[in-house]
Parts: sequence; structure tokens; C-alpha cells
Amino acid sequence: MSDLKKNITILAIESSCDETAASVVVNGRRVLSNVISSQIDIHTLYGGVVPEIASRKHTERVTQVIRESLQEAGRTLEEMDAIAVTYGPGLVGPLLIGVSAAKGLSFATGIPLIGVHHIEGHISANYIADPSLEPPFACLVVSGGHTHLVLVRDYGVYEILGRTQDDAAGEAFDKVAREIGLGYPGGPKIDKASREGDPHAIVFPRGKVAGSRYDFSFSGMKSAVLNYLNTSRMKGISVNVPDVAASFQQAVVDVLVSHAGDAIDQYGLQKFALAGGVAANTALRAGMKEMCDAKGAAFYCPPPILCTDNAAMIGSAAYFEYIKGNFSGLDLNAVPGLRLGQR
Amino acid sequence: MKILAIEASGPVAGCAVLEDGLLIADYNVQYKKKHAQSLVPMMDEVKQMLELDLQTVDAIAIAKGPGSFTGLRIGAATAKGAALAMDRPIIPVPTVDSIAYNLYGTDSLICPLMDARRQQVYTGIYEWSPCHDSEDGRCFRTVRPQCVISISEIAQDLNARGRSVVFLGDGVPVSRDALKDLMTVPYSFAPAHLDRQRAAAVAALAWSYYQEEGQACMVSADDFRPEYLRLAQAEQEHSERRSFSLLLEK
Repeated sequence: MSDLKKNITILAIESSCDETAASVVVNGRRVLSNVISSQIDIHTLYGGVVPEIASRKHTERVTQVIRESLQEAGRTLEEMDAIAVTYGPGLVGPLLIGVSAAKGLSFATGIPLIGVHHIEGHISANYIADPSLEPPFACLVVSGGHTHLVLVRDYGVYEILGRTQDDAAGEAFDKVAREIGLGYPGGPKIDKASREGDPHAIVFPRGKVAGSRYDFSFSGMKSAVLNYLNTSRMKGISVNVPDVAASFQQAVVDVLVSHAGDAIDQYGLQKFALAGGVAANTALRAGMKEMCDAKGAAFYCPPPILCTDNAAMIGSAAYFEYIKGNFSGLDLNAVPGLRLGQR
Repeated sequence: MKILAIEASGPVAGCAVLEDGLLIADYNVQYKKKHAQSLVPMMDEVKQMLELDLQTVDAIAIAKGPGSFTGLRIGAATAKGAALAMDRPIIPVPTVDSIAYNLYGTDSLICPLMDARRQQVYTGIYEWSPCHDSEDGRCFRTVRPQCVISISEIAQDLNARGRSVVFLGDGVPVSRDALKDLMTVPYSFAPAHLDRQRAAAVAALAWSYYQEEGQACMVSADDFRPEYLRLAQAEQEHSERRSFSLLLEK
């Protein structure tokens, strides 16, 4: 137990999609550095993340990013207690870069390796944003690749209440943004356009999944927007882009907020947290806050820099694995379809 | 000069250690287990077996490509991570050159073939030619640098040179029938213990670079990147669309 008295410093690496990131985190809560190298400009050319190009860029950037994170933290590699890396879920090519680099570091230094679940990372961003936050709480993780409503029973103990049956929320934003000519990435563009539009101008359906209280379905909502656009085009009616953006966004936010509210009621929760890239959406933040206030639950939401993919959140999640003695072997592989709680 | 060599560009995962021209470890596995799972444990096994203090290693050599995109990157990211931690440089070795380097002293041309799919091979042409620089009077020379072309194109090139050829590499099984029809010069195939990527060949070739060029053969961990010889498919299509629209503008 003497180990637990000292500070635990972790170097964390994240490369599951299109950000190459590294961070140094102390005791899972204090971030000494948080370096993110984004590839968004390249992928914008192609209208979405191209896995092969992302993998190549990660390979080029990975050691610079790790080096910068150590420098910024004012620490050396030898001072690290563990090396943490995202090993799933995500795109397999990009995941393998972080995993391989982390294993190279661990092999060369003998510093133990900790494989981290990407979604657990997103949830853990809340531990950084609010150092007083402790489980239990519910967390909605919404991003370009994920939509999960999770019950966090304890540190590292998760129960998935609901997940999307088709598109992730962020994916639906991307697709709708493309159709109404806003371009990639869809989330921030729809958020911005919506500020000029009327969220009640068009009533899009609120997607439901039969027999499943907490699961999500966004593809029907996306199709409704496409149908609306086609019908308008055929009738020769000009489309008000901000209205479509605002109305679609409102439909998505309504679904997310109502599921979250149901979870708070059913499990009698006092705390609710938001996480993931879409958590940066202003309407979603406002809607969640309002709902939590009405129910008397505390609302947590990390700042945008901790919502989008980053390595600090991975370093936070890894700390709780370190405490439990959950380390990975040098045969750690990328697992693109890794389930929450799977190890 | 101690070199730790890594090979992950094709079906073989391998690592080797070469000290002043003496091969002290060479571990190669060609089995279904993926490089992502096998490579670093293999390196660790060699490290333990040799009681290797990594601070005594001067450089990491790696087969830089071409090859399987994923395999190349597993090797590259592993090498970069280790090189960063060890504060040592990387010696990149062209994969096709290192496969050819398995063979020594033959009068035939050496032609590695790696299956590149899409009806192509990663290949090149090499020879051991007389030279005065080396003690035994023979030097390993690149006749045609590594490239990605069709099997008929490389066969045509070889036929035009009018010399016998030794083929080797994982592209041999898929090209054997085609070669029967295409080749007009005498040819043969290397035996099993010489015909695949091998970490020792990467190490030995890196050692020869170091003897000839010194530090000029090295790059930093940050600067090293694999050599794919092919664009990503999306880049390919994008540049085709662009040249097409430029053509239309003209």
C-alpha cells in the first residue's frame, strides 16, 4: 500500500480516430499536459475520416506528440508510473499506432502498460473537470462514433443502460450537415447554424427503440430530414438551412435529454454527467442543465477541450485501473469493437 | 556498434540483435498470430534471453517498407516508441533490399517478389557484383530499386537483361504460374530458409550502411516514417479527380 501514498503519474496516449494525443496526468485528476495534434484539415478534404490516411498521420506524429507532452509537463519518461493507451473501441488502424508506440515505450523502459477503454476515458474526463466528483452517477457519452448512456456505479464499474442501435449522434450530425451543405465536421457547424434558426420550425420525429427504454436510434431522424429536403426540392420550396439545422438539433437533444431524465428518475441519481465530442454542443449542454436543475440533480460537463478526443481522459481512467492493479501485457492488441467493462 | 532490428513488413514478425557484425540473436515467426500481438513479446523475449541492457544498443534498424500497410505501421510505431525511450536513432532499410540480402555471392540476378495484391508485386533487382571496396571483392548492388509493378513488367525487365534470376519472397507462390509463361531467361527459387523477410538480414544490411555511411544512414524517431510506395486509396482517387478536372479546365 506504500505505493498508493505517493503521487501516481501516468503518461497517456490516444489515437483511436483522427487526433494524435498524449498527456501526463497525476492521480487521475491533475493534468500536467494535454497535447492534441488534430488531423481535421486533411479529413475535411474527404468529407470524413479516412482510416488509412489517419493511420499514416498518427505514425508520423506519435513520437513528437509524446515528447511534447512530457516536455510540457516538465517530466521525464523515467518518472512515469505507468504508460496508458486507448486500445478500443475505435478505428483499428489508428488504434494500432498508439498501442504499438506505447508498447515500444514500455518494452524499452520496463514501465507497466495499461490498456484503456476509450469510452471509460470520455467518462473519466469528468473526474478531471470536477475533482470532487465521485461515483455513483449516470453519464451520457455522445460523440462521432458513440452514443452510450452509462451508469457509473463505482470507479471503473460501469453498466450500460442504453446505446444507439444505428448511427451515433455525432454521425447523424455529420450526415445531416453534409445534406444541407454545411460540410464537415457536422456537429460544430450545425450548432452554429442553429443559433440563427427556429428549433420549432419543422417537427422531426423523436427516434424511439421499441421495447428498450434507454436505447437510441438516429437514422430515422436523419432520414426524416432527407425526406423533408427532397419534398421541398420537388415542390420548389426553398429550404431555410438554419431552421432545418435548429429543428434537427432540437429533435436529437430532446431524445438525449428525455432518456437521461428517465435514468435519473429510475435510479434515483443525484449526479449526471455529459461526455464526448457532442457534449460540446451548446443546445445539448443547456437542455441537460435545465433538466438536471428541474430534477434537483447536479450537472457535470467537462470543458470542450476535454470533451473531444484527448489523452488526459485516458490518463484519468488509467489511474483507477492502476489502483486496482489492472495492467496489460506486451501482447496488448487494438480491439476496435471493445465493449465497455470488457477486459 | 549494437543494432536491434525489427521486421514486420510482411508475413514475418522478427527481431534480431547484431553486435559489430556478429549476429547474436535472430527470431522470426511466420504464423497466423498477428504482429500486433507477437512482435513486442518477441523483442522482450530476446531482451531477456540476451540479458540485453538496452542502453548498450546504438540504433534500431527497421524494414521501412514497402509491405502490408498495417504491418509496416506496427513495426514503425513500435520502433519509434522504443527509440524515443532509448534516445537512439533509427536506421531505415528498404524491405525488398533486405529480402534480397538473404542471398549471398550468386552470379544470378536476385529478384524478391512481395505480394502487393491488385495484380502487382513489390519488387526490385539486385546483384553481387565485383568491386574493390570490399575484402572479398564482391559488393551488394541495387540494379533496379524497389518499386510496385505488375509481374509481367518485372519479367520483361529481367528477360531484357539476359541473365539467370533467383526469385524469393512471399510473392513467389502467387506468381509461380505466371513466371512459367513470362520468363525467357533461366530462373530458380530460393529455398525455404532464405526466401522470406528476416530480421537478421535487416540488421546486417543496416550494419553495412553504417560501415559505409556512418551516421548518415540514421534518422530520428520523430522523422522516421514508413515507405508505402502507394498512396492511400482515397488520396489516389482524390488526385485522379483533381487531374481529371484540371484536364477539363484545359
